[in-house]
Amino acid sequence: MESRFGYLLIIPALLTIAVVAIYPIIDVFILSLYERFLTLGIDEFTGLNNYLKLVNDARFWNALKNTAVFTFFSVSLELILGMAVALFINRPFSLQGLIRAAVLLPWAVPTVVSAKIWAWIFNTDLGILNYALLNFGLIDADLNWLGSTGYAMAAAITVDVWKTTPFAALLLLAGLQVIPDDLYKAASVDGASRWQKFRHITIPHLKPVIMIVLLFRTLDAFRVFDAIYILTGGGPANSTETLSVYAYKILFQTLDFGYGSTIAVSVFAAVMLISIGYISILKRRGGLLS
Amino acid sequence: MVFYLIGPVIWQLITSLKPNAILTSLPPVLPEKVVFTHYVSVFTERPFARIILNSFIVATSTTVYCLAIGVLSAFAISIFDIKGKALFLGLVLSISMFPPIATVSPLYLLIRALGIRDTYLALIFPYATFALPLSIWVLSSFISEIPKELYKAARVDGCTPLQALWKVLFPLAAPGVFTCAILVFIFAWNEFLYALTFTTTVQSRTIPVAIALFPGLHEVPWGEMAAASIIVTAPLVILVFVFQKRIISGLTAGSVKG
Repeated sequence: MESRFGYLLIIPALLTIAVVAIYPIIDVFILSLYERFLTLGIDEFTGLNNYLKLVNDARFWNALKNTAVFTFFSVSLELILGMAVALFINRPFSLQGLIRAAVLLPWAVPTVVSAKIWAWIFNTDLGILNYALLNFGLIDADLNWLGSTGYAMAAAITVDVWKTTPFAALLLLAGLQVIPDDLYKAASVDGASRWQKFRHITIPHLKPVIMIVLLFRTLDAFRVFDAIYILTGGGPANSTETLSVYAYKILFQTLDFGYGSTIAVSVFAAVMLISIGYISILKRRGGLLS
Repeated sequence: MVFYLIGPVIWQLITSLKPNAILTSLPPVLPEKVVFTHYVSVFTERPFARIILNSFIVATSTTVYCLAIGVLSAFAISIFDIKGKALFLGLVLSISMFPPIATVSPLYLLIRALGIRDTYLALIFPYATFALPLSIWVLSSFISEIPKELYKAARVDGCTPLQALWKVLFPLAAPGVFTCAILVFIFAWNEFLYALTFTTTVQSRTIPVAIALFPGLHEVPWGEMAAASIIVTAPLVILVFVFQKRIISGLTAGSVKG
């Protein structure tokens, strides 16, 4: 039915995608095969040299490890906390609208702002966190949250968890709301405990939504840039430097476009592998990504 | 739980209203007198009005452009049975997985070559492109609920294809379009990496970049930074409170089916 007209309708979108997404992703591969410094006028094809450099680059492996640690802990905590929030909201009570808006607030706050808000909370001398911990007797002296290798990553994960738990909670809540109530009633009749209902009704029904939350959040966390760049800049001693932050520094501080693009390609490859992994699991389970 | 979610923002709000003298004093006393000096100095000592205008123009233009091409695509997918629909959706889905860092260096070179660094265009096109997957996703979940027969009926009644879409189907899709517009606007308003890279002058910065690069002469201007944070967050808080149901339905569209 008038499919020719249908094709006309997707042309503007296709053109935009071709120029602003497809061309750059091809070009970044090409750039990664060059030695190219913007300011020095060096522009030379070097084949796979940059990739050789990459596998021998300790800073790259460190960034990969940091990215994996950040992703694993952020996504796990977001899923657990998001589940708690979703179960809490999924009951009729007054002020529900207000609570829902409160849940949405961290999601709407720009990442840059949330990082600055938390930087102020984490501040060693003036931050409210150290003040509270000292007063409750939990620490003896001010902790340097953002400036010590032990704590900086934990701080970065805290910011990300605060910012994105709402997203996980909302998707899980939507999943909870389509589980038929009769199932719980029947289970109650059979004398099932709360935990048994959660374990044997809620979790199995929620599995596809959980997978989608995990997919979205893992991809996002793996690409993390804003929160870390603002909060610690990758420091101290590169202990919070993720792949995106490392690539950015090589690209726009060193102006080494060849090697910077190589690191960027590695992020792209990792993200594609992660999504292929998730999608194949979803497909095997007969999941919902149609 | 509510305290954990909104506490940090409230703390920032309190900080922004404290006079400098007690800003850094602990215990964190509530100010006896609320002062707006930080809000004033953000506008008088920094080009913040210009920066807000930049963000507003970029986010609005992005929304309009992204929705225009997104609505057309969603119509093509949902109303016309185009072949290659799966291919197109697959392409769009894979775009949504592109890490921004992987496109930023070629886009930077392209933008430099075109001579549009520090212009709104340098941000509008990338934003619209990378918000497009979300738009098409949300819009087609709304548009697929519209019966295709309405389009056929309009054609039988003598409408051209474009008229049928614009006059008959578009009004029915309007709630979905509006929901989508809120999400795209928030995305563009908050974006940081491209804005940081494609703008070089203070005058062309957007709000997240301005806050990130907040310069302090001697020490970090925590008060002003707090005020700036509240200013950029306020419109979003209003959007969230007024349109929370729409935002939630948009965010969860398509990911949960009964």
